[in-house]
Amino acid sequence: MSETPTPEELVKVDYKPPRKAWMDSKPEMRRGVINWSAVPKNVEYLDLPFPRKWQPTDDDWKLPENWKEIILEGMRDRLKRFRTFQIFMDICVRCGACADKCHFFIGSGDPKNMPVLRAELLRAVYRREFNLAGKLMGRMAGARELTVPVLKEWFYYFFQCTECRRCSVFCPYGIDTAEITMMARELMNLIGVSIDWIVTPAANCFRTGNHLGIQPHGFQDSVNFAIDDLEDITGIRVDAPVNRKGAEILFVVPSADYFADPHYYGFLGYMALFHEIGLDYTFSSFASEGGNFGLFHSNEMMKRLNSKIYMEAKRLGVRWILGGECGHMWRVLNQYMDTMNGPADFLEVPKSPLTGTVFENAKSTRMVHICEFTADLIKHDKLKLDKSRNDRWRVTFHDSCNPARAMGILEEPRYIINNVCNNFFEMPEGTTREQTFCCGAGAGLGTEENMEMRMRGGLPRANAVKYVHDKYDVNLLTCMCAIDKAVLPALMDYWVPGVQIGSVHELVGNALIMKGEKKRSNDLRGEPIPGKEAAEDV
Amino acid sequence: MNALFSLVAVVVLMLLALFGTYGAGLQYLFGVIIPYIAIVTFLVGFVLRVVRWARSPVPFRIPTTCGQQKSLPWIKHHELENPSNGFSAFLRMALEILFFRSLFRNTKADLKSGPKLVYGSNKWLWLGGLVFHWSLLVVFIRHFRFFTEPVPFGINLLEELDSFFQVGLPIIYITDILLLGALTYLVGRRLLDARLRYISLNADYFPLFLILGIGCTGAWMRYFAKVDIVGVKQLSLGLFNLHPVVPEGIGAFFYIHLFLVSVLIAYFPFSKLMHMGGIFLSPTRNLANNNRVKRHVNPWNPVVKIHTYEEYEDEFREVMKEAGMPLEKE
Amino acid sequence: MFDGWKIIVGLIIFITLATVPFWYDAAAGKGTDAPDIRIETKDVPGRDQCVMPAEYMRSDHMELLNEWRDQVVRGNQRVHVTADGRKYSRSLTNTCLDCHSNKDTFCDRCHDYMSVKPYCWECHLEPEVMK
Repeated sequence: MSETPTPEELVKVDYKPPRKAWMDSKPEMRRGVINWSAVPKNVEYLDLPFPRKWQPTDDDWKLPENWKEIILEGMRDRLKRFRTFQIFMDICVRCGACADKCHFFIGSGDPKNMPVLRAELLRAVYRREFNLAGKLMGRMAGARELTVPVLKEWFYYFFQCTECRRCSVFCPYGIDTAEITMMARELMNLIGVSIDWIVTPAANCFRTGNHLGIQPHGFQDSVNFAIDDLEDITGIRVDAPVNRKGAEILFVVPSADYFADPHYYGFLGYMALFHEIGLDYTFSSFASEGGNFGLFHSNEMMKRLNSKIYMEAKRLGVRWILGGECGHMWRVLNQYMDTMNGPADFLEVPKSPLTGTVFENAKSTRMVHICEFTADLIKHDKLKLDKSRNDRWRVTFHDSCNPARAMGILEEPRYIINNVCNNFFEMPEGTTREQTFCCGAGAGLGTEENMEMRMRGGLPRANAVKYVHDKYDVNLLTCMCAIDKAVLPALMDYWVPGVQIGSVHELVGNALIMKGEKKRSNDLRGEPIPGKEAAEDV
Repeated sequence: MNALFSLVAVVVLMLLALFGTYGAGLQYLFGVIIPYIAIVTFLVGFVLRVVRWARSPVPFRIPTTCGQQKSLPWIKHHELENPSNGFSAFLRMALEILFFRSLFRNTKADLKSGPKLVYGSNKWLWLGGLVFHWSLLVVFIRHFRFFTEPVPFGINLLEELDSFFQVGLPIIYITDILLLGALTYLVGRRLLDARLRYISLNADYFPLFLILGIGCTGAWMRYFAKVDIVGVKQLSLGLFNLHPVVPEGIGAFFYIHLFLVSVLIAYFPFSKLMHMGGIFLSPTRNLANNNRVKRHVNPWNPVVKIHTYEEYEDEFREVMKEAGMPLEKE
Repeated sequence: MFDGWKIIVGLIIFITLATVPFWYDAAAGKGTDAPDIRIETKDVPGRDQCVMPAEYMRSDHMELLNEWRDQVVRGNQRVHVTADGRKYSRSLTNTCLDCHSNKDTFCDRCHDYMSVKPYCWECHLEPEVMK
């Protein structure tokens, strides 16, 4: 983070738009606010067009000769395939309600980070090519030609959107910038303009089943390792089968859950929970990723990466699927999976084996969110919980963009948290639930080289955390999103030092009283639980 | 610049109508031919635009959810913000279209020292927009006293309500004041707010000035320079009866008014004004969030290259075997 | 998913609403004739001219009546002197309706045609009632 300005410098945001019209200004491509290009090897592995070595900071992007025709043809094709695209190009009235709803605008003051102008980047070209007035009157009608500098602006600003959909909540027509950004990224992919932190995870995922490229034996090792860790902490050796045929439930998690910190403590939480309730489940080393960076690439890539979940469910002969804590994963599962790779007629309507609850809300897709599942267990009193084991945490909860605005799972995690800890504090109104702020690094933008922009984009989220940190001494920010858990630690260290990140199921695992467990002196982080450690030693 | 250009354009249109009728005597052109062309352009253009939208499918069901989903029976579900069925989505749309519900949520972000971000309520745009649209609708419906003979009872009632305060003579319509006031606000915010000025195009100013021109000429004719309204009614009845007549001696303001209206409705299908039709088709609002209950079908669901488990096991069989993992083929 | 039929129904509703005046007028069948206004007036000795030119009265009579009311009720000024020196009592019933006694054909037809509801008769008695 050496190149990132200090918080004091960074917070001097100038919201006054420049004198020059937006069509006349160009962004500066520099480390800190952009992402590196996709490496050719992985572009090739996925059979994507025009693999080559280039960087956004280069003058020459080595574009294919007919790049412009390819993009315009791509636009024409997508206008025919997506009603959203067609309508969102036509009906914006530029009322400006979306302007200060974008975390990147709030954090950077760059007027082209107002969702309306982000979309206008595409609309101006649309008018020039697909609209009579634009063709005839050009700039007078808000049209402009697609040129290399315009393309570079697309790259800059459409990789400065995390597809969080916050603007779409406020838009009187429901114009969804996520959808527009998705279109723009699909178009850029056509000429081999994409970023590495999307293409490489996608290539990994296609090959090994997960973004991190963990091979099957690596996955098995991770699970074994977690079994050992959990035994150290609880004294209980749980069974966590992988690729087991005939289990009742296939459990799919984002790969960071078994590989990264602080996700891992939530992973231990799942395993402790499943053992305690005696769940008949299995992991899959192939469907070892619920997340889907294809969502940030193109609908086709999303479908390619998602296909393995139903395939594995079928191969393993499970009855239904349970999904772990992850944000964009659940956007895909909730809004796309059934349409793309369904129908899941080989599965059964999910039914909790413990409570008998039938998850009618997953009647067709047949996949249930872990928080829906656990909330139901707690409601039916199936778990013995000791809230005080989480007493060292003063907890707040971050609604992740996709679960909030592409699903609406708001109460389930809150219900769980309130049942497993004593100190829960909400962040201020306007920053939670459907109005929640993005972590600033979703949709493939969580890279080192993009650190300054991440800190800027994360400012609104961090600032709301700072509010509860100052007021209530909050020291744990919980969330149910793997990207959040990966990027929020850096954001907190930068803006609100002293706040850690945790999973909902980490708190569940801590509070869970397991049959036959040893006296718990350490929590799932392996750190002593205040008040419990002394008693044991005496 | 954009604002000035649009203003000049509207003034030129007004002069065109003035000189066209009272200079060149082209009353029939401005009173009959152009209005007919405009009406036909509006209807055909509107339908074609909607048909163009309709021909593109909605491949995915992607509502923006703004409240709790319907999941477990004991969790309170927000039916309007997160509709679970078509009827709730319909209600959500109705609130959106009739009361601009999303805009009602509008906030204003302020970065204060600390740093401290505060979000205040900001309902002016919602109020201005709502007043403008509803007033315009009432004003339009009131004009049916010129379009119909005999004038239906409902129109009389509406006029009476609209002139409830009985101030001035002819009695001032409340919606006239509201319409012009709201328009002034909508133009003003674009001109005075630097951020809005930055994003505004000709296409944003032009319709505002056009409607402002229509509203002002209309009000001027009613309250100040009166025109022969019996003649006006004959002309408009003639248009709708398909027996056009152009009575002598209707004031010039009427022709300016009528010409601006003609321009507005002819311009409508080609402009952002189509948000009127588009809002109904917006997939983030008009769909229920019931993806996991009811499968949504994508008509062009593409065949994509996938990676099968067999290919995966073929690649990793050895290491899987070593790790003692179950295999399909030993 | 296209939702084609919903869009078609929506368009039909829209087109129907947008063209209501055409349907309505065709059904009403009233044509475009101006209202049948009778301006024949009763012979009143010494009154062969109106207080103002007909042109002005056609468009602005309501302004004049309003002025008269204010001048009489608030200023107790009851006499109107025309530009050429004729004098009239400022009175709707006694002056205007003296000549224009045919309220239904002179006033009402036009007001009905234009859907205007003057509030004169909220205070003044209609001539028919006076008889």
